[in-house]
Amino acid sequence: MANQQSTSENPRVDLDYRRKKNAEDMRYQVITFSLMIFLTLIAFAAVGFGDLSNWFVVPFILLLAVVQVIFQLYYFMHMSHKGHEAPQLFLYSGVLVGFITVLAFMTIIWW
Amino acid sequence: MSTYAQKKGVGAVLWDYLTTVDHKKIAILYLIAGGFFFVLGGLEAMVIRIQLAIPDNNFVSAGFYNEVLTMHGTTMIFLAAMPILLGFMNAVMPLQIGARDVAFPFLNALGFWLFLFGGLFLNLSWFLGGAPDAGWTSYASLSLASEGHGIDFYALGLQISGFGTLIGGINFLVTIINMRAPGMTYMRMPLFTWTTFVASALILFAFPPLTVGIFFLTFDRLFGANFFDPTMGGNTVIWEHLFWIFGHPEVYILILPAFGIFSEIISTFSRKRLFGYSSMVFATVLIGFLGFMVWAHHMFTTGLGPIANSIFAVATMAIAVPTGIKIFNWLFTMWGGSIRFTTPMLYAVSFVPSFLLGGVTGVMLAVAAADYQYHDTYFVVAHFHYVIVGGVVLAILAATHFYWPKMFGTMLNEFLGKITFWLFLIGFHLTFFIQHFLGLMGMPRRIFTFLPNQGLEVGNVVSTVGAFFMAIAVIILLINIVITSVKNVKVGNDPWGDGRSLEWAIASPPPFYNFKQLPLVRGLDPYWIEKMEGKKEMTPAEPLGDIHMPNNSFIPFMISLGLFIAAFGAMYRLDYSWGLPVLILGLLVTLLSMFTRSIKDDHGFHIHKEDLIDEDKGRKA
Amino acid sequence: MHAEEKMTNETWPASPEKATLEAKNKFLGFWFFLGGETVLFASLFATYLALKDKVPTADHALSKDLFEMPLVFLMTMLLLTSSLTSVYAMHHMKNFEFKKMQLWLGITVLLGLAFLGFEIYEFNHYVHEYHHSFTSSAFGSAFYTLVGFHGGHVAFGLLWIIVLMIRNSKRGLSLYNAPKFYLASLYWHFIDVVWVFIFTVVYLMGMVG
Repeated sequence: MANQQSTSENPRVDLDYRRKKNAEDMRYQVITFSLMIFLTLIAFAAVGFGDLSNWFVVPFILLLAVVQVIFQLYYFMHMSHKGHEAPQLFLYSGVLVGFITVLAFMTIIWW
Repeated sequence: MSTYAQKKGVGAVLWDYLTTVDHKKIAILYLIAGGFFFVLGGLEAMVIRIQLAIPDNNFVSAGFYNEVLTMHGTTMIFLAAMPILLGFMNAVMPLQIGARDVAFPFLNALGFWLFLFGGLFLNLSWFLGGAPDAGWTSYASLSLASEGHGIDFYALGLQISGFGTLIGGINFLVTIINMRAPGMTYMRMPLFTWTTFVASALILFAFPPLTVGIFFLTFDRLFGANFFDPTMGGNTVIWEHLFWIFGHPEVYILILPAFGIFSEIISTFSRKRLFGYSSMVFATVLIGFLGFMVWAHHMFTTGLGPIANSIFAVATMAIAVPTGIKIFNWLFTMWGGSIRFTTPMLYAVSFVPSFLLGGVTGVMLAVAAADYQYHDTYFVVAHFHYVIVGGVVLAILAATHFYWPKMFGTMLNEFLGKITFWLFLIGFHLTFFIQHFLGLMGMPRRIFTFLPNQGLEVGNVVSTVGAFFMAIAVIILLINIVITSVKNVKVGNDPWGDGRSLEWAIASPPPFYNFKQLPLVRGLDPYWIEKMEGKKEMTPAEPLGDIHMPNNSFIPFMISLGLFIAAFGAMYRLDYSWGLPVLILGLLVTLLSMFTRSIKDDHGFHIHKEDLIDEDKGRKA
Repeated sequence: MHAEEKMTNETWPASPEKATLEAKNKFLGFWFFLGGETVLFASLFATYLALKDKVPTADHALSKDLFEMPLVFLMTMLLLTSSLTSVYAMHHMKNFEFKKMQLWLGITVLLGLAFLGFEIYEFNHYVHEYHHSFTSSAFGSAFYTLVGFHGGHVAFGLLWIIVLMIRNSKRGLSLYNAPKFYLASLYWHFIDVVWVFIFTVVYLMGMVG
């Protein structure tokens, strides 16, 4: 419709900068990926090899999952970039509603 | 535009509406379909009231009564109230923010056709072996035991129409965030746009739990799953939770747009800026937020335990605070205003005390300990009819009169409108006020008859008389619509003379591109601001240029038709050998239609600047 | 600049997924859809947790009897890696390198297909070895619905990416199809997000009992 303008008004200058920026992004993403694999390994190891109490293991692997998902959202899905304010608001609202649902199902369904 | 529009044949008009992606035409479709279901639900209500007019009545059988009662609730909530409100949102909200269309015109059409096919599917149950009979809440233990296919019609029909509503919600959210005209900041949006926004957010988060719950019900009944079967480890309370996690926000999805409509009407006909605009916005958002924290107050007697009951009781009472803010703001808007009692204003003025009554009984019901006494009695019936009819239906009737000129270019007759109003208001209070006392006297809800000499006769007969008042009111409204359409006296941009927001700045009905040039918004109530400075129209924010418009499409119809066919297949899979192939065929139709949409490029078209100028000359000549 | 215009490396904007109004709308609408999907999966998780190990008689298999770590680990690695490969694809999309984007999307699809294959094997294994089926218990219904909904999302995501790859194979990137690729990749990441919780809540927590 009205504002279908390109965001790159000075393409020549843009090009180099863009490549650099994208390459930098990519580096972060590879680091993120390694961290995610690392967290997954710890989670599996905690369950598979550790002689740990369930009271420790369950919260621990849940925490790892949450950290991993935050990485996924902010780096792989670019939620750290600007222009993601509305997506953040709505995603977190969804998380809140979902959390309350899970909480209710784990606490007040006991039959 | 108007010159060749009149020459179109019936077939062309029909095809135009089947393929339209124009938000104003989709609004009309929502209004027609929702109006049809509203009349249907009303007839079901009349059957209920006739059956209960006298003790030991046998107007209908007990089984049929259950079906009528279930379909009355389901139809009114899912197929009448919500679609009609979605219709007004479609008609008005894009105009109020100064947009040329919604963000996703294609999805807008898809949302409508999914709703319509879902609604038709649900109502075909009357002709195909009996309607659902487990109440609109369809609690699992009861709905699993229900014989025949009634509940399957309920589950599959609501699933299809629910997808449509979800799509509509996302569409409105994006429209409001991305498509506002220059200068239309969030805090300059009219309150109807704000309530549309919050209601759409509620749709987005409330419908998924319903989707999941209905999937479970469908799987249990048709595919051998055991979610709700205690003998297999299942748990029926899961349905209750999922249903009410959806169901409570759902009532706010209905009431918030109603609040928005009344805010517009009250400020227009008090000829004053809405009192406490920012607190109104704040209260709307807060009601939306709290709406997700209170669902278990429908389940106080389920046995959740005292702690859960207390938490949900307190959360429920907290909602009275933002609602109270709104009530006072409406009163203060009227206070000192130069009020004109037009038909919409009459509805608005009577809404405040009517809705307040429903709100007060709501706080009574929120007291968990007392709720053990009220639960499943007519007291509850009276309460929710006071909020739904006294709030939502009054708003729908008010908006019908208020926005009719904007949607169709003609004014509904004010005299008939006022008769409709008085008959409806009197009928409404006659029907439901006395039900509070019937409930306190112990009359259980959903009962198909009652015994004589228990003191319930007078109350029930009064209630039935009131229902007839409402029925006559609706008939007069229909007559009014017919007369107005036949006379076809066209009106100008601002037929009420006191329009404040952008929709009143353009022609009635607006041209299909809405705004030739996007308007510049300089504050809250932008059209009012311009009028106060002696101008007749908005200052444009852009030079006249080409306008990009979306193409019409038949694909939304086909996607919805596919699911409609698939639902029959799923339902009859166990009864007939053709069930499974039909299920697969239906899903294929849907998937192939989506595939076609995906691979066929659709860039829309442009209206050229020259044509816009020509058209302008043509109108003046 | 219109969406259908032929682009070059020089005219390609920095955020092609949000360069037109239509693209901005899609981007926002899709994120909102993911917000709704979050609630959908939360409801499925909640039900699974409420019905976990709820079986009619003692001879039914429970979660600690069923799940085996090697298979779950393998599936997790496949899906996590596919998330990285789709990030690579989007990296090349932003650099206007169509061929490389297609290559990485292709790898993503292969990884996704492998994941789906293992999931089918896994379900088949449970049904035949443990008589743990969709209809055998409430636990079975909840398990297959939760994991099956995720599997259905994987299958739909694969179809989506394949259709996009084939449809655009001959005509390269434009501002019309770049948002489509971007959204498909967002969807794919979201599938991965859900899987992180499935392997943690269903499988790992199932193994510890």
